[in-house]
Amino acid sequence: MEVLVAVVIAVLTSCGVYLLLRGRTFPIILGLTLLTYAVNLFIFMSGRLNPGKSTIIGVGEGYTDPLPQALVLTAIVISFAMTAFVMVLALRARAELGNDHVDGRIKVEDVKS
Amino acid sequence: MNHLIIAPVLMPLLTAILLLLGTGRPLRIQRGISFISICLQLGVATALLLSAAEGTISVYALGNWEAPFGIVLVLDRLSALMVFVTAVLAFFSLWYAIRGNDKPADSLHSVVHFLIMGVNGAFLTGDLFNLFVFFEVLLIASYTLLLHGGGAARIKSGLHYVLLNLVGSSLFLIAAALLYGLTGTLNMADMANKVAQTTADEAPLMNAAALLLLVVFGLKAAMVPLYFWLPRAYASASAPVAAVFCIMTKIGIYAIIRMYTLVFGDEAGVVANLAQPWLWPLALVTLGFGVAGALAARELRLQIAYLVVVSVGTMMAGVALNTEQALSATLYYLMHSTWICGALFLLADLIVRQRGATADRIITGPALRQPVKLGALFFIAAAAIIGMPPLSGFVGKVLLMQSATTDERTFWLWFMLLAAGFVTITALSRSGSTIFWRTENRVAKVDKADRGALLAVICMLALSLVLSFGGNPVVRYTDALAQQLKNPAIYTQAVLSHKAIPGVHHD
Repeated sequence: MEVLVAVVIAVLTSCGVYLLLRGRTFPIILGLTLLTYAVNLFIFMSGRLNPGKSTIIGVGEGYTDPLPQALVLTAIVISFAMTAFVMVLALRARAELGNDHVDGRIKVEDVKS
Repeated sequence: MNHLIIAPVLMPLLTAILLLLGTGRPLRIQRGISFISICLQLGVATALLLSAAEGTISVYALGNWEAPFGIVLVLDRLSALMVFVTAVLAFFSLWYAIRGNDKPADSLHSVVHFLIMGVNGAFLTGDLFNLFVFFEVLLIASYTLLLHGGGAARIKSGLHYVLLNLVGSSLFLIAAALLYGLTGTLNMADMANKVAQTTADEAPLMNAAALLLLVVFGLKAAMVPLYFWLPRAYASASAPVAAVFCIMTKIGIYAIIRMYTLVFGDEAGVVANLAQPWLWPLALVTLGFGVAGALAARELRLQIAYLVVVSVGTMMAGVALNTEQALSATLYYLMHSTWICGALFLLADLIVRQRGATADRIITGPALRQPVKLGALFFIAAAAIIGMPPLSGFVGKVLLMQSATTDERTFWLWFMLLAAGFVTITALSRSGSTIFWRTENRVAKVDKADRGALLAVICMLALSLVLSFGGNPVVRYTDALAQQLKNPAIYTQAVLSHKAIPGVHHD
């Protein structure tokens, strides 16, 4: 289970970082989204994996740490809002600059390179 | 429990909400509310500064939940000083803004107050995750402010700024989660105690978490190699926004000082002082890149933005030296550079308005309408930022140079600071002489500078004189502040021994 979760986080992070390094806004936003998924999973795992346990002490045998679940909720809300914002900003940049390159290049040849 | 501690967070929040509700009301009312609020905030910040100056660390448990389980706000000398610096800067920026410089949209004031709320929260909080949340609050406000007014240049630099900071936020979360996984706490004071007991097995992970945090704070502080977003962003922002943004890099510096003296400081066992060896070379390189940029800049506001990078390098060097004296000098320099860079951005706006189509490009253009007044102010501001006596930049640099104990680092610090000063003189005399002296034989048809706005700039520059001639109490305060920083036990003790108010139950 630990290995599976670790591999999932690693794959999400590396895909996210790869997409972040692209030159156009759309792949970058996708990359950011993947990265935030990886981060959310990572925060969730910082309380260790205790499958099937309750978050309340005394209900069953053992317990799982509730704090990372609260933290991940905050992180999800914030990253969701930020993604929405950057999406609108990217659309605005596309309209103002005439293309979707992050450096706002004007010529078509520049964008291709 | 002293409820005044939460006022720097609540007051701007309520003001901002009030201003949002008043959207569409006459601009006069909006400006009035905004200015009255910032005056009150300045009063509160002064009161907090005076109470912190006595040396007690006040703790405010939010919702009456005791640390380390609840979130606490902590007012020590450092956070009180930072809140005060913010309030003064915001006061003058808003003063400048209400003199007709807050167009085209009237939403500027409410967003500035949201930004102040985030900044004050970040300075006051004693909880790592809460620090992240306040960072996000101030970042979303700063994204909006940066784009305030629109235009292709702002959109372009704004996009870089937003994307970089979103990546920074992800890294912050990874670091915070790592630290939580290792220590089981998010309260900084409690974390400092837990980190001190790090075993050798955990040290590599702890190192990774601590240095990831350094990357995040370095991005905020605009340290090499993470400063590329800053110059364009500051140069394209509107004047009051650029002035308020002078506090943004200092938030990074504050976070570095806080984390690497309190949590990863002298008493952190196997991970003690792990950031300083990285900070030292990066600080000097930042200094070098900053002056190179200032020398090469073709626009006045871009040049000032590079001077912000120079000041970041100077402060980083002080933090990296990591002695009481150096930290005290750093904090003194921080006050000076925040206020004077803010004044320079406002002054640059006044100058640019009188140059017609030439705008802020450093080329021969029409003569200014008020060359003597603006020229004299530019000369004083330049002298202050370069570090000429008798202004505060000089005192700050001397304090910093004195604090370097005699080793090979002294040579590099003195060399870089003096060389940076010399190059800055060259850069600013080039732009000053081009703008004020090498002009065409005509005067651009423009209005004179607004008197109120001019007065705001003059008062801000006068702060430099206050800092140098009234320097004794200031330096005594920063000395005591540095002493408090170097004894993190006082901080942890104050936070962890804080008791909730009895009789208030959480059911």
